[in-house]
Amino acid sequence: MISSLFYILIFPGFLFLSVFGLIAEYVDRKFYARLQNRVGPPWFQPLADFIKLVSKESIIPKDANPAMFQLAPLFALTAASVSILYIPLWGISSLSSFSGDLIVVLYLLTIPTLAFFIGGWYSSSLFARIGSVRAVTQLFSYEVPLFIGVLTAALLADTWSISGIAAYYTNHPWFWLFNLIGFGVSLTALLGKLEKGPFDIPEAETEIVAGSFVEYSGRFLAILRMAINTEMVVGASLLAAVFLPFGLMLNPVAGFILYILKVLFIVAVLSLSRTVVARLRIDQMIEFCWKYLVPLAVLQLLINFILKGVLG
Amino acid sequence: MAEEFRVPIGPQHPALKEPASFSIALKGEKIIGVDVRLGYNHRGIEKACEERTYIQDVYLVERICGICSHAHSTCFVQAVEEIAGIEVPKRALYIRSLIAELERIHSHLLWLGVAAHEIGFDTLLMFTWRDREIVMDVLAELTGNRVNYGINAIGGVRRDMGKDKIPEILKRINVLEERTKYYIEVATQETTVVNRLSGVGKVKKDDALKLGAVGPTARASGIARDVRKYDPYAAYNELSFDLITDDHNDVYGRTIVRVKELIESYKMIRQILKDMPDGPIAVKAPRKIPAGEAVSRYEAPRGELMHYVKANGTDKPERVKVRTPTLANIQAVKHMLREMYLADVPIVVAAIDPCFSCTDRLIELKDIDKKDSSVIDWQRLRQYSIEWYRDRGIDFKK
Repeated sequence: MISSLFYILIFPGFLFLSVFGLIAEYVDRKFYARLQNRVGPPWFQPLADFIKLVSKESIIPKDANPAMFQLAPLFALTAASVSILYIPLWGISSLSSFSGDLIVVLYLLTIPTLAFFIGGWYSSSLFARIGSVRAVTQLFSYEVPLFIGVLTAALLADTWSISGIAAYYTNHPWFWLFNLIGFGVSLTALLGKLEKGPFDIPEAETEIVAGSFVEYSGRFLAILRMAINTEMVVGASLLAAVFLPFGLMLNPVAGFILYILKVLFIVAVLSLSRTVVARLRIDQMIEFCWKYLVPLAVLQLLINFILKGVLG
Repeated sequence: MAEEFRVPIGPQHPALKEPASFSIALKGEKIIGVDVRLGYNHRGIEKACEERTYIQDVYLVERICGICSHAHSTCFVQAVEEIAGIEVPKRALYIRSLIAELERIHSHLLWLGVAAHEIGFDTLLMFTWRDREIVMDVLAELTGNRVNYGINAIGGVRRDMGKDKIPEILKRINVLEERTKYYIEVATQETTVVNRLSGVGKVKKDDALKLGAVGPTARASGIARDVRKYDPYAAYNELSFDLITDDHNDVYGRTIVRVKELIESYKMIRQILKDMPDGPIAVKAPRKIPAGEAVSRYEAPRGELMHYVKANGTDKPERVKVRTPTLANIQAVKHMLREMYLADVPIVVAAIDPCFSCTDRLIELKDIDKKDSSVIDWQRLRQYSIEWYRDRGIDFKK
């Protein structure tokens, strides 16, 4: 009981994720700034932002549904935090594991988007509603390539448990190189999930101000931002566990450092890709996902089917 | 979300740098109607000009716009010089053209950054605005100011430029030209940028003519219209440069026109620095301008700018009228937005490079609940501003 609470609240649960989320946000912002020839924030900026937001007044719009408006950020944060328990961070076993936990994690990672939709929709602001609808429209486009991309790696390992995938690729080193197309597809889809450029359409600043989050302020906004950071870390951890399953037999300290590096590498790739492109329009985004990402994901699926037959 | 609803873009909105209101009627993400409302920025400058002397007015009209300040002051002094029959020395004309082209560079680089930001490409914004600092430094070195250069006077310019500054300016222009070539590549080859720009905000040549578009907006619709070419002022009749036009008719075309005009500006600056004649920089102008009237035209970065000045023989003008390029182009925006998506609104509005504070001519107060409206005239506006400042402890009477 005590140890479960420790896992959920301290490590690798809530507290660890919050701190790591802040670090990931810092790396993302600093790297983004340096690529744009700016100085960028100091290391404590994400924490300072968080403290500032928590200490500010939280305003609930008069027309908003107060329960939904306040619960949505918590739903998002909880769903994102819980999913870390099923992902092996270093080593090949996660804290909790069962056959099919890969699907559960992907499902849990969908909840933040739905929570943003609900929060935006019930805040009764025009901009928030447009942002919410865009978020859900986008969800249907990136979710399919993301699922196919992640499941192809599972297909090759013949298991739907993330720990099982990690074990398979540890027994068959270098097999993860077969999944590079799937890795690229999933990374791109993750950009959509995290609503980062070029897929930051639901919160497009110059069009709809801040989209779903436009009415949020104070500690609700702080929780929302924490949820987004957590989602970023968990999403990156999932991709690291599924697509970069090497060095898992190292000792815990080296393994832990390697895990942090893997996640930060994925975060850096995400920042890089939002640096070099302009924001797409929602119709272009849907077209891009269905025309390019899904076929690539299916190609990876075919490759893995054939590999499965060849390698046995 | 297939029902119809209206989205307010403005008066305050992240996409707009100045207050203006675009009420967009949407069906899903598609635009089915646009209402434009201006008038949030009226400052009564035309009227204020009548109460000040010509010399004071040069500084006042310079403050009509923060970006094309030299355009307004040049246009104004040209009109006054025409009425007074003043022959401006050649060196002064060259310096005016030099500052004008430097201003165009800073304005177009600024625009490129703003346009990139509107389509969510902040990297290009950061890069162009970083490079814009180079030309701002040149302007500060030549005139003493980054904006509102205060270099024009009736009858010439106020500051001479030393020969020793030429190599440094040329060096910086070379740097800027390198960078601009890179931006041309980015704007024309980066897939996401091209996707967001091409086919957006179309205005055909006939429509652009009918709507009275000017400047890069008109030139991107294939209309070869540039005051510098067809009614040369300052030193432009002695400079050789190409008139850039494009037939894409859309935001992409307007981007191409602007970045190519940058290259032409570099070319012109090199010619000006090479050919600048020696001599005096100003002639003495009378304080009292003889009665008469004149219209002066000027190719501002945003398009054709027009000043009308009527003199009555005293040291104050009888009437000053300004027609800014944004006023000419704003009609086209409504046309451009038809059949577009909500996501295209910011870039389409930005593509005419609007300057609303230049354009606003009156303040209209609207009571949304009662549906009635009233117009503030200049006397009331002046009284209101005096009282507003007095309430805050600033009394102009003292």
